[in-house]
Amino acid sequence: MMRFLLLFSRQGKLRLQKWFTPLPERERRKIVRDMTMMVLARSPRCCSVIHWRDLKIVYKRYASLYFCSALEDPDNELLALEVMHRYVELLDKYFGNVCELDIIFNFEKAYFILDEFLLGGEVQETSKLLVVKSTEESDLLQETMEEYMRKPAF
Amino acid sequence: MSFLDAGIEFAFSFDQLYDRLQSMPAPIRLRELIRTIRTARTQAEEREMIQKECAAIRSSFREEDHTYRCRNVAKLLYMHMLGYPAHFGQLECLKLIASQKFTDKRIGYLGAMLLLDERQDVHLLMTNCIKNDLNHSTQYVQGLALCTLGCMGSAEMCRDLAGEVEKLLKTSNSYLRKKAALCAVHVIRKVPELMEMFLPATKNLLSEKNHGVLHTSVVLLTEMCERSPDMLAHFRKNEKLVPQLVRILKNLIMSGYSPEHDVSGISDPFLQVRILRLLRILGRNDDDSSEAMNDILAQVATNTETSKNVGNAILYETVLTIMDIKSESGLRVLAINILGRFLLNNDKNIRYVALTSLLKTVQTDHNAVQRHRSTIVDCLKDLDVSIKRRAMELSFALVNGNNIRGMMKELLHFLDSCDPEFKADCASGIFLAAEKYAPSKRWHIDTIMRVLTTAGSYVRDDCVPNLIQLITNSVEIHSYTVQRLYKALLDDISQQPLVQVSSWCIGEYGDLLVSGQCEEEEPIQVTEDEVLDVLEGLLASNLSSPVTRGYALTAVMKLSTRFSSVNRIKKVVSVYGSSIDVELQQRAVEYNALFKKYDHMRSALLERMPIMEKTATNGPTEMVQTNGEAEPSGLESKHPPSITQPASQANDLLDLLGGNDVAPVIQTTPAAKPASAGGELLDLLGDLSLSGDPAPQVPVSQPSFLLDGVSSQPLFNDVAAGIPPMTAYNKNGLKIEFTFERSNTNPNIAIITIHASNHTETEMTNFVFQAAVPKTFQLQLLSPSSNVIPALNQGAVTQVIKILNPQKHQLRMRIKLTYTHKGSPLQDLAEVNSFPPQSWQ
Repeated sequence: MMRFLLLFSRQGKLRLQKWFTPLPERERRKIVRDMTMMVLARSPRCCSVIHWRDLKIVYKRYASLYFCSALEDPDNELLALEVMHRYVELLDKYFGNVCELDIIFNFEKAYFILDEFLLGGEVQETSKLLVVKSTEESDLLQETMEEYMRKPAF
Repeated sequence: MSFLDAGIEFAFSFDQLYDRLQSMPAPIRLRELIRTIRTARTQAEEREMIQKECAAIRSSFREEDHTYRCRNVAKLLYMHMLGYPAHFGQLECLKLIASQKFTDKRIGYLGAMLLLDERQDVHLLMTNCIKNDLNHSTQYVQGLALCTLGCMGSAEMCRDLAGEVEKLLKTSNSYLRKKAALCAVHVIRKVPELMEMFLPATKNLLSEKNHGVLHTSVVLLTEMCERSPDMLAHFRKNEKLVPQLVRILKNLIMSGYSPEHDVSGISDPFLQVRILRLLRILGRNDDDSSEAMNDILAQVATNTETSKNVGNAILYETVLTIMDIKSESGLRVLAINILGRFLLNNDKNIRYVALTSLLKTVQTDHNAVQRHRSTIVDCLKDLDVSIKRRAMELSFALVNGNNIRGMMKELLHFLDSCDPEFKADCASGIFLAAEKYAPSKRWHIDTIMRVLTTAGSYVRDDCVPNLIQLITNSVEIHSYTVQRLYKALLDDISQQPLVQVSSWCIGEYGDLLVSGQCEEEEPIQVTEDEVLDVLEGLLASNLSSPVTRGYALTAVMKLSTRFSSVNRIKKVVSVYGSSIDVELQQRAVEYNALFKKYDHMRSALLERMPIMEKTATNGPTEMVQTNGEAEPSGLESKHPPSITQPASQANDLLDLLGGNDVAPVIQTTPAAKPASAGGELLDLLGDLSLSGDPAPQVPVSQPSFLLDGVSSQPLFNDVAAGIPPMTAYNKNGLKIEFTFERSNTNPNIAIITIHASNHTETEMTNFVFQAAVPKTFQLQLLSPSSNVIPALNQGAVTQVIKILNPQKHQLRMRIKLTYTHKGSPLQDLAEVNSFPPQSWQ
């Protein structure tokens, strides 16, 4: 399973963090720092796999964003690259020509899409269409402000 | 603008209207906040903005405002991502989850996943909400609950809610079913005992058409099979999982283009890979299952398109499966060849993955991997660090007796040029490989030299004693070794392990170095002074570590018995007697003492080291530091070869020191059982004839700390059985008297105490008494009380001799006396024959 997925910019600013195992806040921050340092230090000629502790870190750069995932030993690194690519495609389909700014200003939506694609560190839906469809239908369920005000909370 | 955005625009204008009706201004909108924070030019400015906003949010929370709770939590999550504390929002997330509004729930669950963790009890409050939401009428709400539970559910939550998950696993709604399956995986990971309860629900999971359900079901089955051998057996036999999976995989490969699942011409690679992984687990150690999947594996291996990463991902998984199950040899060869092709691929990731897989299979399919050795060795030159590391590990795994020379060339070249992070591992690997497969001793030494000179500072500390032991044992090429090490030292003294090994060797074999002989190559002309220059240079240099200085000092000291320029050595040693470094100081002081008071012991102590036995525990580490001070405890039991070796060394010493006044006391290595050693020692002395032969066939003088195996009791227990004393020697003012005693523990032992007195007007200094006895006897000489005999009989030097005479032969003794009197050194030999019979009968 995937242990975590991080998205960060070339300046090391975190744009998304998805954790699939329980870790204390301090530990998470430390890992984010370590990942950022490690990945940003790699030259473009290097391969996309790094050995870190007992995990395999697979990363890929898309424009100004680095996608960085941590895999356990039995996981397939090349497939992880496909998983990250699929996520980018989903974001692209949803936002339309997605760029980093979209993810910055609509980070909660990036999470919602991710939660339709991965669950518990594993892929839950392999169809591009269905993931986007579920997300968009959920969006429709979100109340408009008027509805929001009128609806009782409990 | 999407419908959603329009809704927000509308909502926010309504928002403003609403605000005017309220007294409090509405909290700033999420996107507005993000925009504002991004305008901050410095970290301090950003912090200020965030603190202000956090304060506003906190007060809003305090007022239990559920209108804007969602917005505030969303903002909090943004600020949390920037690295600011957000723990005060945890309870708010729970309130959002409990809300009826979908917007609230969405943000609430997201917040819970980001801010809550199972270490805090707060998260348990979610359990009830999740339970309700799992039964919600809207599938997207159920989805939220399943997602949250599957991502961060604690063990307690899993226990409470497993039943609900199991129910949803059986639903016909594929959207929920796939999520429930992964949620079940999480539950099983957290609470393995609950695995059983999901078994019934797995019955017809694989007959689903929906790929999402298929994929997650395969993941669930994989998890169950990996965790429980019983489950594994059940799925193999009862459920006939393998044929089902084979069928699904076949359909995926054969089926036409499916736009929904297509990736570069391959249909649903995610599902294919997971199926292959499950097949791996099912086929492991099971012939039937392995056979059933043979064809499909061959098909996937040959037909998958390899131009893109996705195809290679599938091939990679296939290869892993083939290597792990009981596949037939043809299939295995196919797999290794795929890996071989991967190694030649332009894509670095694929090369990396190939090397990793080859490393896994090199143990089982060694020969097949050997065929790709040259490609693997080429990967040592790759620019990528991860690839180089893998290639290095694999290269070491492939080294054997046949390819050692060629491989070592490549590995040494790699060592030269690789990054520092590799050097230590590479050096250790080379040493290991050389030790196992060295074709000749000289090659071995050459290889070590090469490593020490190119990566000397990265060599691990424990390599130094191992190397020293190796060098000691390569007897035939000692002069070659010391010559090469000396030359290396002339070039560079910065690499500590190299310097340490070199100084040790020079100390030990310095005599060979200056002798101008060398077996394997042109001997170099080196003088004693040049050698001492180098060693003194090491002592003085800032580059030398304290340990290295210790080595150098000891080496200098050892040369005092091998070189003739003793005075220079004495000077060096005494200088360091006041060194700031305590270790060095102690050594120097002790060596100084060796020159003065214990000079008679010096040659024995600094003698050539014997071949060391490599102990299992910590090898000859003890050897190194003790060098000359050869403690018997540090050495293993003596085998004949190691005894004869010192004999030849003894001869060397005698040859070199020739007419030196300093009598070499030949100390053959004291054994753990000196009793037997004593006999052998005496053998070395050859036949003691009484014909006055002045050859320095000398006496066995053993230091007193070597206590006897003969008797561990105090010496003078018994009452002197009334044996009369005798004068053994009386000449030139020096008189030596013998008094006798018998040991009460062993009647064959006679204890003789010598009393040396001086009735001249000047004292006698540097007095050394030595004795030798015929072969049938064993002699042990303890240390003297002093080596200065005061003038005018004002005191005597006493020394104890123990004689073992098992055969009750007549005791005869030859003694040698050395002393300085009135400024000039004197020496005399004498024979003592007239021993009282009681002393030897």
